[in-house]
Amino acid sequence: MSKERIQISEALYDIMPSDYQDLVKSATYGKEDRGWKDIGTSKELIEQHSLCAGCPESMAFRYILASLPNPEDTVMVGSTGCTSLVFPMVAVHNIHSLFGNQNAIASGLKRALSVRFPGRVKDVVVLAGDGATVDIGLDMTLQAWFRQEKFTTICFDNELYANTGGQESGLMQKGFVAKMAPVGKLFDKVRLPEIARESGCHYVVNCTVSKPSLVEKVIRNAVHVAREIGPTYLQLYTPCILEIGKNSMEGLQEMRDSEKPAERFAYKEYISEPAKQLLAELATKDKERKAAAKQLAGQASA
Amino acid sequence: MADTHSIIGTKNKKGQTYTDTWKMMNEAPRTPSFYTGSEVIKEAIRRASCDVMIAYPITPQSEAAALIGELFAEGYIGDYFRGESEFAVMSQCAGASFGGARVFTTTAGPGTMRAMENFPMWAGARLPIQMIVTCRGINSPLSIQPDTLEIAYLLNTGMLVWHAETAQDFFDWILKGYIVSEEPDVHLPLALCCDGFFVTHTKDVVNLTPADMCLPPYDPYRSPVPCMDMECPPVRMMRDPFVMKSNYISYATHASWQQEIWAAVERSRKHTIHWLNGLVDTENTDADIVIVASGTAVSQGREAIRMLEDEGVRCGLVKVKALRPWPEEEIREATKNAKHIFVPEFNVTGWLAKEIRATVPNSQRVHAGPHVCGGMTMPPEIIVSEIKTALGMKTFSMAGRGS
Repeated sequence: MSKERIQISEALYDIMPSDYQDLVKSATYGKEDRGWKDIGTSKELIEQHSLCAGCPESMAFRYILASLPNPEDTVMVGSTGCTSLVFPMVAVHNIHSLFGNQNAIASGLKRALSVRFPGRVKDVVVLAGDGATVDIGLDMTLQAWFRQEKFTTICFDNELYANTGGQESGLMQKGFVAKMAPVGKLFDKVRLPEIARESGCHYVVNCTVSKPSLVEKVIRNAVHVAREIGPTYLQLYTPCILEIGKNSMEGLQEMRDSEKPAERFAYKEYISEPAKQLLAELATKDKERKAAAKQLAGQASA
Repeated sequence: MADTHSIIGTKNKKGQTYTDTWKMMNEAPRTPSFYTGSEVIKEAIRRASCDVMIAYPITPQSEAAALIGELFAEGYIGDYFRGESEFAVMSQCAGASFGGARVFTTTAGPGTMRAMENFPMWAGARLPIQMIVTCRGINSPLSIQPDTLEIAYLLNTGMLVWHAETAQDFFDWILKGYIVSEEPDVHLPLALCCDGFFVTHTKDVVNLTPADMCLPPYDPYRSPVPCMDMECPPVRMMRDPFVMKSNYISYATHASWQQEIWAAVERSRKHTIHWLNGLVDTENTDADIVIVASGTAVSQGREAIRMLEDEGVRCGLVKVKALRPWPEEEIREATKNAKHIFVPEFNVTGWLAKEIRATVPNSQRVHAGPHVCGGMTMPPEIIVSEIKTALGMKTFSMAGRGS
C-alpha cells in the first residue's frame, strides 16, 4: 500500500473523520527516514489510546509506530491485554484473535503474505505483553523462532498481568508480592532474551523505552533483520505504574532506574553473524544515501 | 490479483485450468478411481487452489495431512508446514486466512478439542477456513477409534458444519465447501466432518473430476471484513475499544456481531442447498418409520432398511448432510408422516437425536438410538433390532453382542 491508496475521493472528503483526513495530509507512510523525530510534526499512526495517564506503554507504542521502517506494508499482530486497548486506534492493519497465540497467527500471516505477494516486502510485527509472550503463549513464541519465521516479536514487559489487575507473571521479579503471588514470587524472572538467542533469534535486545532514539534504532534493526534473515525479539520494559505503586509522572524515572548497568533492564543485545553483516550493509547504504542527499542539496544551493 | 471471473480459463503454474466451479463439479467428465478416504482428500485439495495448508499428526487424519504435504512438494499448494499443536495450527490457519489465503487443515478428536478456542474466533473474524474433522473418541481412557461426539462441540461455534457419509461426499464437498463458505454473504469457516477410519481408511470407488481443472482462486477482497494485508486503507476501527467497556453500546455491538455471524450461517442455507442439492437426502418418507442419520450411520441405516424390507417392514430414510445450517424445515417435512423416528448415532450422548427432538412436533416419536461409541461398529442388525423392539416385534438376540 502506498500513500496514494489512502487518498479520499473529493466528493467524500468533508464527511471523512478528521483523523483520517490528517492521515492523508501528513502521515509518514512511505517516508524513507521516518522515526521518532516525526512525532509532533506529522500525523502519528496512533490516534488515541485509553491507557492510564503516564503509562510507559503508550510512549512505547508511539515510538514504535513512528519508527517502523515500512508501515505502509506492515501488518501487526497483538494479543489480549493492555495493548489490545490501543490497537483498534492504530493506522496499520492489525490482528487480535486470542490470548497467547500471537506468534502462531503471525506465522500463518507471514506465510500467506509471502505466497500472495512474492517479491514484495510485507513486514509482520508481533506486539504483545509478557503474559502473552512468556506464559500462555510461550510454546508458540518459541516454536515460531525454532521454525525461523521471518517476523519480529516485541514483548512489552511490565513484569505482571496488568490488564487483569496485577497478577504474577513469568517475567515478574522473584520475591515481588502480587495477586496470585501472596508470599512473593518464588522463582526467578524468566530469561527470555537468552532463550530467544538459543532458540534461533538473529537479533535480540533487552532494554527500556526511556530513550526514543534507542527504540527507533532497535525497531528498525529488528524489522530489517526479520525481513531478510529470520526471527528477532525485543523485550522492552514498559512498567505498569499503577500496579507498582507509582504516579503518572514517575514512569520515565522508573525505566531510567531499571536500566542502570547492574539492573535487570541494562541494555543487552545479541546479533547473529548474518544479522551483523546485514546491519553493516544497511548502515553503509544509509551513509551513502545521506552523503548523496547532502551533495544534491549542496548542488541545489550552489 | 485478477478477479475471479477474468481468471477462469487461464492456467495456474501446474498447468491446471481455473474452471467455473459449477461446470467442473456438474458437467466435467468424472473418472472412477479406487481410493482411500485420505487419498480422496488429497485429490480434492489438488483441485482446490489452496494457498496454505497447516498440518499436525493425530490419528486418523495424519495420512491425509501428510499427503497434502506431497501436494506441496509437487507445487500444488503455496505453503505447507507442521505446526506445534492443534491450538497453534488453528491459529496459524487464522493468520493465513487473515492475510487473504485460501486455507486448509485437518484434525481429529482430542485435536479438535484442544483447538476449540479458535473456532468461535474464526467465525467471529469471518475467516472462510476449511477444516476436515475425521472424528474419533475424545474421552479418557485414550481411544483412537471412530466416535462422533466432537461434532456436538462444533455446532454452536458459528462454523458451518457438514457431515459426509462417503468418500464421494468428501471429494465433492471439499471443493463445493470453499465456494459456499467464501460467498461474501457467508464468509464463515467450514468444519467438514466424517467418521474416522470408516471413511478415511477404507477404499471406495470415487468419481473424480479431471485433474487438470481446479477451482478459481480465493479472492480476499470479496470478504465482508477487510483483509489484513495493508492493501486497503487502515481505518480506526472504533473510538474506544469495546472490550473493556461495561455499557449498553458495548453490549449492543457484541450482540449485533454475534447475530450477524448466525445470520451469515442462515444465509449460507441457500448456497448450501444449491451446491449440495439440498441439506438432506430423503427416501420413502411416506413410510410410518423413518431413520434420520448423518455420516456413516446413514449407510448402516440404509442397510437396515433393506433388511427390514425383507421382513415386510417399510422404512424411510433422511440423510442429514448439513448440521449447520440446520435443516429444520426439511426434517419436519420429511418426518411429517412418520409414527416412529429412529436416530442411530456413533456417540454416547445422542446429540443428533436431541437436535431432531427439538425440531419435530410430537417429539415422543423420536427414538434416540441405537448408539454405539468408543469405536464400536454399528451392524445394521442392531438398528433392525431397535426398530423391531420399539414396534413390539419379536427380535432374536445376537450372539456375542449381549443383546
